[in-house]
Amino acid sequence: MVTVVHENLEVTDAKMSARDVSVFYGDKKAIDEVSIDIPTKYVTAFIGPSGCGKSTFLRTLNRMNDTIPSARVEGEITLDGDDIYRSKMDVVQLRARVGMVFQKPNPFPKSIYDNIAYGPKIHGLAEGKDELDAIVERSLKRAGLWEEVKDRLQDSGTALSGGQQQRLCIARAIAVDPEVILMDEPCSALDPIATAKIEELIAELNGRYAIVIVTHSMQQAARVSQRTAFFHLGKMVEYGRTSDIFTNPLEQRTQDYITGRYG
Amino acid sequence: MSPAILLLLALGLGLAGWLAARARAWAFRRESSDGRLASLPTYHAWYVALWIVLPVLAFVAVWSAIAPGLVNQAVLANPAAAELPAFGFQRQTILNEARAVATGAAPAVFNPQARELVEPFRDALSRYNTIGIVVTLLIAFLTGAWAFLRLKPDFAARTKVERIVMAILLGASLVAILTTIGILVSLIFETVRFFGMVSPVDFLFGTHWGPDPMSNPDNPDGSRYGAIPLFWGTIYIGAIIAMIVAIPLGLMSAIYLTQYADPRVRAWVKPALEILAGVPTVVYGYFAALTIAPAIRDIALALGMSNPSSESALAAGLVMGVMIIPFVSSMADDSIAAVPQAMRDGSLAMGATTSETIRRVLVPAALPGIVAGIMLAVSRAIGETMIVVMAASTAANLTGNPLEAMTTVTVQIVAMLTGEGSFDHPATLSAFALGFVLFMVTLGLNFVALRVVKRYREAYD
Repeated sequence: MVTVVHENLEVTDAKMSARDVSVFYGDKKAIDEVSIDIPTKYVTAFIGPSGCGKSTFLRTLNRMNDTIPSARVEGEITLDGDDIYRSKMDVVQLRARVGMVFQKPNPFPKSIYDNIAYGPKIHGLAEGKDELDAIVERSLKRAGLWEEVKDRLQDSGTALSGGQQQRLCIARAIAVDPEVILMDEPCSALDPIATAKIEELIAELNGRYAIVIVTHSMQQAARVSQRTAFFHLGKMVEYGRTSDIFTNPLEQRTQDYITGRYG
Repeated sequence: MSPAILLLLALGLGLAGWLAARARAWAFRRESSDGRLASLPTYHAWYVALWIVLPVLAFVAVWSAIAPGLVNQAVLANPAAAELPAFGFQRQTILNEARAVATGAAPAVFNPQARELVEPFRDALSRYNTIGIVVTLLIAFLTGAWAFLRLKPDFAARTKVERIVMAILLGASLVAILTTIGILVSLIFETVRFFGMVSPVDFLFGTHWGPDPMSNPDNPDGSRYGAIPLFWGTIYIGAIIAMIVAIPLGLMSAIYLTQYADPRVRAWVKPALEILAGVPTVVYGYFAALTIAPAIRDIALALGMSNPSSESALAAGLVMGVMIIPFVSSMADDSIAAVPQAMRDGSLAMGATTSETIRRVLVPAALPGIVAGIMLAVSRAIGETMIVVMAASTAANLTGNPLEAMTTVTVQIVAMLTGEGSFDHPATLSAFALGFVLFMVTLGLNFVALRVVKRYREAYD
């Protein structure tokens, strides 16, 4: 079974490309020969039922699967043409370029300021306090959180509300100036209002970063993304423009999923 | 002998009550129209059994405390006891001898006065034994019958049994608390006696320690009871040298085990580390006295010290530090492992290396737990006796040189209590004052540690 890629989908400026990527957990094959080009300019959404491997595949894009001892990746994934699984690849550099936002907001139990300053500090991006202050302010502004927290930057990041925490995590990812931001169901732990704010934020970040978002909400995929890939049972079934996938899917399984037949 | 019989009796009666009540509950079940009871038959059975066994146990506890006194009184009321010496010690010896023969523990009496008392003793013992058994049976039957008569098809036996179980559990936890209070009270009592003889100011702030158990107890020399050198020795060995060893090693081993170790390595190293916590402290003492202390002395000689002591604070402190590594490491291990995986992932996804993640995220987040572990370790170290007895001498010495002999509070407690002085001599009583101070310090440390742990638990909620 090969992936159906829509004919009108031209990815000429692929930021990341996967070729025949399979992921194994021990003997179990979680991802089966997925090939995809992630465009530089757009938001790409991965949709599919629970356990279809979309989050697993997302985590291969910045090698977060490395933290799971039994996980093994086959195939090739490139960032700007460089194989990120080659033996000399510096994972630290990779993750600075490919940031990640998790399902559950996970601010460090540090102040808001230190949460944002964490990345710039470990990567040596700021010379002196003024520059660091500027990075913190810029990141919080981009994440739409500045007005809410500018008077209490020294308060603990864990004291914020869930939605604010998630925007803090996005600001934290932005602070190291990544090229790609991976979001793993960033709204699944949030209420509808906080979700709307995150979606607004994604729309604003669109164009500045290549964004890949995993979501199990088809409405969310339709609202925030320009490209959608449908995953099922570890395979990528269909990949195309979001509008095409939702109005004119070519595969019966995609059709079934988006009409709510299963998932 | 007699309480054991009473206990067996209680258990036998309890079993009988259990079986009777269960049979009764089954009968209810057969008679009822729908075959349902408010509680299962076993709960009825346990209800009756508990109502038999618990009152009997309470009676046996009280009875075994007062019965020997009652027997003695009965014997002393006998005319043959009138000629006994009035002095408590001799009198008690004769009574004990008579009792031993009466109960069959000794073949014959040695003291002629005791011979007269054997018969009265025998009489009194058998009389009170009979009374004990009769009262036990009476209590068992009364409470058992009362409980049995309460059984009905709609009787809520389960709730009642649950409540009794809860009360038993509460009692179990009270034992520890009451023991602590009891220890404290007995310490305070003797400490107050000591401070009646030696001024607390001399004791707490004096810098010379050298109580003389042979001196005149009515006029103690307060200047010989300055405990500062002991407190200093305790802190220097237990809280400074031992911690310099235990904190870095314990933390590093915890970090290795939680973050770097392969699961197979962890499966070996962690239990091995925990075995370290199970080694008797005496064995550490041998190690300190026979291996480490001479080695340190040789090193000191090699470094050009003219006459180094063969016992040193350093030897005791080093070995004590090794001893408490498991305390530090297992608390640190638990609290680092308790930091959510999400924190670790968050940091790694920012491009942090494993060691940056540990230093900047995991250790700060786990710090309260780590601090609590260290404080528990400190209170363990300053209460430690054997290693210091064997490796650090008993000479009180106020010095900062780790190669010199030093002593600690616990060692002096042992020295004072096992000395030849009489019990009401201030030198002996000083052991209680030292123990009291030590108790308060470790209590304070544990209290602070628990508070810190409590705060830590709330950290991620």
